[in-house]
Amino acid sequence: MLRLEKRPQPSQLWMVLSPIIAVFLTMIVGGIMFAILGKPPFEAIKVIFWDPLFNDQFAAYSRPQLLVKAGPLILIAIGLSIGFKAGIWNIGAEGQYIMGAICGAGAGLAFYPSESFLIFPAMVLAGGLGGWAWAMVPAVLKTRFGTNEILVSLMLTYVAQSILISVSSGLLRNPEGMGFPGSRNFKQWDAAFNAELIANTGLHWGVVTALIAVIGAYLLMSRHIMGFNIRLTGEAPRAARFSGVKPARVVFFCLGIAGLLAGAAGLFEVTGPAGQLTGSFNAGYGFTAIIVAFLGRLHPVGILLAGLLMALTYIGGELAQLMLGLPGAAIQLFQGMMLFFLLAADVFTNFRLRFGKKGVA
Amino acid sequence: MNRRTLLTSAALALALATTAFAQDEEITAGFIYIGPPGDGGWTYEHDQARQKMEAHFDGKVKTIYQENVPESADAERAITQMALTGADIIFTTSFGYMDPTIAVAQKFPDVKFEHATGYKRADNVSTYSARFYEGRAVQGHIAGKMTKTNKIGYIASVPIPEVIRGINSAYIHAKKVNPDVEFSVIWLYTWFDPAKEADAARALIENGADVVLQHTDSTAPQAAAQEAGNVITFGQASDMAEYAPMPRVSSIIDDWAPYYIARVQAVLDGTWESTDTWDGIGAGMVGIGEITDAVPADVKAEALALKEALASGEYHAFTGPLKKQDGSDWLAEGEVADDGTLAGMDFYVEGLTAEIPN
Amino acid sequence: MDLSSINPVLLIASIMVSATPILLAAIGELVVEKSGVLNLGVEGMMITGAVVGFAVAVSNTSPGLGFVGAALAGALLSLPFALLTQYLMSNQVATGLGLMMVGLGLSSLIGKPYEGMKAPPFPKVEIPLLSDLPIFGRMLFSHDIMVYFSVALVVAVWAFLKYTRAGLILRAVGEAHDSAHALGYKVRHIRILAILFGGACAGLGGAYLSLVRVPQWTEGMTAGAGWIALAIVVFASWRPGRVAVGAYLFGGVSVLQLNLQAAGADVPVALLSASPYLITILVLVIISARGAHAAPASLGRPFHASH
Repeated sequence: MLRLEKRPQPSQLWMVLSPIIAVFLTMIVGGIMFAILGKPPFEAIKVIFWDPLFNDQFAAYSRPQLLVKAGPLILIAIGLSIGFKAGIWNIGAEGQYIMGAICGAGAGLAFYPSESFLIFPAMVLAGGLGGWAWAMVPAVLKTRFGTNEILVSLMLTYVAQSILISVSSGLLRNPEGMGFPGSRNFKQWDAAFNAELIANTGLHWGVVTALIAVIGAYLLMSRHIMGFNIRLTGEAPRAARFSGVKPARVVFFCLGIAGLLAGAAGLFEVTGPAGQLTGSFNAGYGFTAIIVAFLGRLHPVGILLAGLLMALTYIGGELAQLMLGLPGAAIQLFQGMMLFFLLAADVFTNFRLRFGKKGVA
Repeated sequence: MNRRTLLTSAALALALATTAFAQDEEITAGFIYIGPPGDGGWTYEHDQARQKMEAHFDGKVKTIYQENVPESADAERAITQMALTGADIIFTTSFGYMDPTIAVAQKFPDVKFEHATGYKRADNVSTYSARFYEGRAVQGHIAGKMTKTNKIGYIASVPIPEVIRGINSAYIHAKKVNPDVEFSVIWLYTWFDPAKEADAARALIENGADVVLQHTDSTAPQAAAQEAGNVITFGQASDMAEYAPMPRVSSIIDDWAPYYIARVQAVLDGTWESTDTWDGIGAGMVGIGEITDAVPADVKAEALALKEALASGEYHAFTGPLKKQDGSDWLAEGEVADDGTLAGMDFYVEGLTAEIPN
Repeated sequence: MDLSSINPVLLIASIMVSATPILLAAIGELVVEKSGVLNLGVEGMMITGAVVGFAVAVSNTSPGLGFVGAALAGALLSLPFALLTQYLMSNQVATGLGLMMVGLGLSSLIGKPYEGMKAPPFPKVEIPLLSDLPIFGRMLFSHDIMVYFSVALVVAVWAFLKYTRAGLILRAVGEAHDSAHALGYKVRHIRILAILFGGACAGLGGAYLSLVRVPQWTEGMTAGAGWIALAIVVFASWRPGRVAVGAYLFGGVSVLQLNLQAAGADVPVALLSASPYLITILVLVIISARGAHAAPASLGRPFHASH
């Protein structure tokens, strides 16, 4: 009989090996699915994984776009991963992302059309604070009343979505927009435009912040006492309490960081790639970031790679739609499968397969 | 097998055929869709027109499309990638693609862009839209004549000028033939949510409406009306003929095919220029679906006469005397609305009771 | 504004129809969560149920078979979630989100040939005698069979959890899986069964959308109903009776909002649509402030037998 036995230490080998196996399995099963749909399987896989990086026609454009797409995912996922490590399940990053964008955009638009160089930093600050404040609701409720943060943060996402629809067609609507919903376009307002820092690299302030966040999170988790406390809280909550860690502080810290980063990501997105606050600018980044956080095993470097991988399947998927007529739904299914395989393969990091009779439990 | 399945399989066969004869193609036309082609409404009609256009050019034009492109940062990338694949002309078929279209057009001066329902143009960006309000006038006329409860329900999507124009136009023409008529408008804040649309139709019907107009894309309101019995509806964006003769008694059909054919032809001929097209029934961009026998013959004849008058330009759907909702004068006797006011319409005409949200 | 045009009898009848999909999905998710598992993929299972139910019903012109097919499809789709979370100890939040993506993608692929088709009619069942009652007859007893079924299911789940031994074991597994395991209960098997039940219920809820409430198949037609079902379970503080209250309240707010608009009242639509979520948060706070730990203690925690 087969059974799983917990490893005393997570296997370093499997930590590297399992994502590779998972992606490989996804390619095989995905290829079969594409073949069933009547599309050339090898070509489809090549278009998804290879063309965005190396195709002569597209790569010059799509390589920088990988950063544009991955930037917010990584930034949000880094914030989430810190909380997940502590066992704090904030799944409302989408709401924090939206509120960050609304607060930041609102703060900026209040000073329109000022060309002061302070506008953009002030917007980033307001965006981060907006996301932070939205995340503080579940934090306060959790510490004060013991309310489950998974559910509160999720509910708040829907509230944020409603507020977004309301303000983008009301309070923050572009007065020169002929009555259509949507804010002013920040790309046409230099002081607020989150432009590419180096042309044709996709590198905007959001991407830079995401890279800084990766390094910061790495240092925090491996070098700082707070990182230790967070991990202790997640792995052995009772031991953490005995050693003097205040659970409330950890909750506030983790949710606060996640909200701050998600809010900033939202602001970078509306002032940069999206350009405009509209009812649909968010495009589900907050939820996708949860997937990225887990694909990256809650490790900063892993998240960096997972964010890029996710971006690759998005952009490759778009190219496959364009060049092979592959349905968009097939790409979604493909991504879902990839996640399943990664989660499945991950078991070998923490467990080893044993043959023989079950021991005493 | 129903009509649409047949068409889907035909489209699939066509798509396969086009890849096989790729070497004969002279140009590529790309389409960016907000929804899936199977939505039965807005995107469905754009996709139908794409297929008709491709068939019209018989192998000379290759078409590509990308579906479900959100109006976010993804839109700009989708359009750029389409330009990079070598598309010669790209149709972006939703209002939210306006700024991305302009941005991409700047980077690809040799590619022609066509943006639906927007108002920003450039040397290589045209805009096009349809005067759906002309169709609404015909609907309003039939609705005003047909209603027995004098209550007409209207499922509206998002409060933008196009939707407000439609409500005004339908109301003016219903009121003209039936002074007792009242409009109930429900705002859904979505273009497509079948469950919500069905609930909205039921709410209107339960509140006494026996005519339901819709400015949302799914056929769910039609199904709800059918279930309720003696309620009439109109197809929106596509013909929705599967609900004829009752409840669907007529429809507004977005027929983009003549426009797409003309614009692609212009690219082939090298005569393409940036233009602003706002066509109505006359040019064939707005079609009035068959008026069924559920409508009495005299009403049908009047409706067709109205359609003819609108098509020939002899009558404008917004002709004075008309007042705004607040009682202030808008159009004097015989005066017709200018396109600028219509394009930015943000007010109701006199007689409509509710307020426009926001 | 004249609210007299709103007919309360028809309003309540409409609310019952509009609440049934989320009620079905929520009562299933309640059982899943009672067993200690959080499955966030309800949306994916619902929409798969919607498309499979529609396809089966259209192919056989039988809505009844459609519902059976939808339940099976929902259960089948939840199987990978069950195996991943129970045997491979994967994180439930991430696996649930993956399930949602798979369901949304899969449903759209399956549904392509069925777009634009009409569903076979699903008859209403007028309950003899009761349906002739004035007011209540039309309001409560003139619905299709799935509406009654959903109410019956709530009662059945309530009775199962409260009075049966199996229900007791299920709750024990959800509260303290290690103790349950020590007592010799098969934690994994019980949870897998609960997950499959949840999948089947979500599938039924989806099929109710595509076969009765809308009725047609369109891509993405659940439009977030699965997430509402999740919210209702919390709102109900994991009690079956309150799930029904929650579902009717959620359905009620949205239908009432539409009715108010139809009657000519100016309602802040966008903000009103957020109100059910705010109410849910409020309820959560009240429950937790009372100190009653309503959530199953093992909710969302992975279980490994050799701990």
